[in-house]
Amino acid sequence: MGKWTRRAFITTGVLAGGGVLFGVAIRPGNLADDLQSVMAGEGETLVHAFVKIDADNVVTVITPHSELGQGAQTALAQMLADELDADWDKVRIEEAPAIGEYSTSALGRGVLLAGVDLPGFVVPTVEGVMMQVSNMLDLQITGGSLSVRTTGVYGMRIAGAATRDMLKTAAAEAWSVPVGQITTEKSMLIHAASSRAEPYATFALPASQMTPSYSPALKDAAEFKIIGTSVQRLDIPSKVDGTAKFALDIRLPDMVYATATRAPVFGGTIASLDESAARAIDGVLDVVRLPGSSAGGMVGAYEPTGESVAVVSKSYWTAQRGLRALAITWDAKGRDGVSDDAIYAQHARDLASAEGRESDRSTGDIDAAIADAAQTIEAEYRVPYLAHTCMEPLNATAHVRDGKAEIWVGCQNPLGFRRAIADALDFDDENVTLHNHFMGGGFGRKAIPDWAIQAALVARAVGKPVQLIWSREEDVRQDFYRPASTSRFQAALTADGSLTGWQNSYVNKQEPPEAPLIPYAVPSQRVEYVQSPSHVPWGAWRSVDESQHGFFTESFIDECAVAAGKDPFAFRAALLADHPRHLAVLTRAAEEAGWSTPLAPNRGRGIALKESFGSIVAQVVEVTLRDGDISIDRVVAAIDPGQAVTPDGVAAQIESGIVYGLTAAMYGQISIEDGAVAQSNFHDYEALRMSATPVIETHIINSGHPIGGAGEPGTPPAAPALANAIFAATGKRIRDLPMINHVTFSAGGLFT
Amino acid sequence: MTTTLTVNGELSEVEVDPSTPLLWVLRENLTLTGTKFGCGIAQCGACTVMVDGVAVRSCVMPVGGLEGREIVTIEGLAPSQDTLHRLQEAWIAHQVPQCGYCQSGQLMAAAALLQRNPTPTDQDITDAMEGNICRCGMYGRIKAAIKTAATQEG
Repeated sequence: MGKWTRRAFITTGVLAGGGVLFGVAIRPGNLADDLQSVMAGEGETLVHAFVKIDADNVVTVITPHSELGQGAQTALAQMLADELDADWDKVRIEEAPAIGEYSTSALGRGVLLAGVDLPGFVVPTVEGVMMQVSNMLDLQITGGSLSVRTTGVYGMRIAGAATRDMLKTAAAEAWSVPVGQITTEKSMLIHAASSRAEPYATFALPASQMTPSYSPALKDAAEFKIIGTSVQRLDIPSKVDGTAKFALDIRLPDMVYATATRAPVFGGTIASLDESAARAIDGVLDVVRLPGSSAGGMVGAYEPTGESVAVVSKSYWTAQRGLRALAITWDAKGRDGVSDDAIYAQHARDLASAEGRESDRSTGDIDAAIADAAQTIEAEYRVPYLAHTCMEPLNATAHVRDGKAEIWVGCQNPLGFRRAIADALDFDDENVTLHNHFMGGGFGRKAIPDWAIQAALVARAVGKPVQLIWSREEDVRQDFYRPASTSRFQAALTADGSLTGWQNSYVNKQEPPEAPLIPYAVPSQRVEYVQSPSHVPWGAWRSVDESQHGFFTESFIDECAVAAGKDPFAFRAALLADHPRHLAVLTRAAEEAGWSTPLAPNRGRGIALKESFGSIVAQVVEVTLRDGDISIDRVVAAIDPGQAVTPDGVAAQIESGIVYGLTAAMYGQISIEDGAVAQSNFHDYEALRMSATPVIETHIINSGHPIGGAGEPGTPPAAPALANAIFAATGKRIRDLPMINHVTFSAGGLFT
Repeated sequence: MTTTLTVNGELSEVEVDPSTPLLWVLRENLTLTGTKFGCGIAQCGACTVMVDGVAVRSCVMPVGGLEGREIVTIEGLAPSQDTLHRLQEAWIAHQVPQCGYCQSGQLMAAAALLQRNPTPTDQDITDAMEGNICRCGMYGRIKAAIKTAATQEG
């Protein structure tokens, strides 16, 4: 590829003295004309790679991230519009097309290579992503809670400020006045001395001929007018009247439907296939065998997927009937003997083995700390595989003809998907056009292109536009799961209850690398892991490793507090003297929850704290034990995201992350039986419903630190805070999930 | 065979097997794609529409038995082209949707509730909405929006 480097379209620059070091620029000349034709519609002028202005003075912000519900597109538009001094009521959003010029790796790489002082948690993640993708120019990723904190900070604000500078320069030239005398407000250029005022649109064309600065002057936080306000999300009106277009809603002339089933044992192949009963069904047009796919995502590990069979029909319903009528025997490739027991037994063996151990942290002298301890405590924790179950089942529409392919899909990595589909079809990238759509949930699943490749291959086989729709059963059984994991702890306590030693060993590390590390001041720590792979494919699941390690470490620190005879909040707080942001977040959550107010004997509070993706979150969960059932009454969350661009959007993400985390903690379990997934749909892979949902309140601390993520950090503290609350109310310590294997839940705080 | 359906006040004839679920007839034959597919077994509520004022899961409702019955989908919820239903207004005011995929079903379930019970209690709301999953977890906002809408004139 390397298209953008060839054209020098996106360029990096270094601003002396630190600060913002990355900019995006259109160079003058033919290139601008090229992009005009791609990006600008009737009456629109592309002033900057990320900014269009039309004749009615409407500003369109082009965002390189996709919308899976997190609201990042609105937040990115706010960041650009604020620096541009745009009239927010006349701002629109358009998602960047899947062409190399809008690659987010240009952002990531530019940042890394320019040596920007990114927070440590980002660098390994971005680097890890790049190591795993064959062509690092092909990323257009939405994940890792990165949209606002990288693209927004290092791209959108600069684009907005640079565009404003160009418009001011164009007006100054036209009016023959010094540029310093021109001010801007609500998409207007103003020269007060001569009482002149013109809309941005007047100068869009001359401004588009200029070269944008990489290092325009940016506003101080005190000057923000749009950043930090809870503007309404621009995508929401279309989501209340049925007009929002998801990939499933694509309708093309002559389009047919397909559904598919893959070998139930991961990696399996087709041993025999009798199509006759399927082909006899009215409407069924074709039966297509599909090879396994080894196309990867940004994180995850798996061998090529199994082979699949697709049925093509005039309707999804008859395609589904056709699929059920197929007589298929699968070759499990010897993996049908693997079940949960064997997987966890392997974890235990690998943890006990001295081989293959890698270290995350080694400080002090842990062996001495344990030898000298007045009290040691040990515990083993375990979590199962988890599916994502996005509300929108996986689907993609494809049309392949005359050496070109067109794909309609909702995905978290449009450029990566385009490359994977081009590879599968043996086409050049340029011959694949990808239209990305709203996603009905993503959570990491829609970063891996396996199903979109299936759609392209089926479309090539039948020569018509095909909409491939997975059943929910296929979605549950052919996921790339959050990996099952086992984590063992040993802690050393002195006679006065000081925590002097922390030893933790666990299996299966992915991203981000700091996920198992605790912020607490424990002098001797040893944290290490071994890889214990199975044949079950795994991938990124909302907050990736942070969710399981949040449960492990924040449950065990609670056990330490109990063993020390101390209050769980006070015990943590005493160990956070070197982490004032963490302490402030923990304290805020405790205060807002009324931590010091005693509860009735059948009630309990649990607290948990986890930094992830650049934000620090603490949660206090309150539960009541009533007639033997647990009711989750309330969750009080505090978050320090540095600066909340859209406070209500951050609150919504925290609410969402908590419900996602509680769902997994309470119910989530993918079981492996005979090499395949036992669950199939929402009846046996349950989601939290309204009645059991707690009241959730979110408190935001704008500390002024670099902007952190919002989509993921709400999830990791939810499970341990709940487990700690259940312990407080019942004395029962839950060390393996899901909790429904140990307790029953009744109506939650939203309705009690 | 031909089935005549009344959807959002309009009559349509469709040529499908009568066992075909209403969901797929709406989406494929009538191009009313606002109603969503989520599970196929009446577990998630994404496909909820109203039939004679009652919320039903269209993914398991054979189209053959629906002749002469009033079907309302999300496309027919608003009273007119220029006016949103009070639930839709409340959904925007409370910024309910995130991914938005389940929201057609949530709104139709809520609309059926308010139609038969203009002043629902918390328990009434739970009972009516329990069949609708939101994986983005916006239950608190959904409940608040229903309460807001219920206080306004129908």
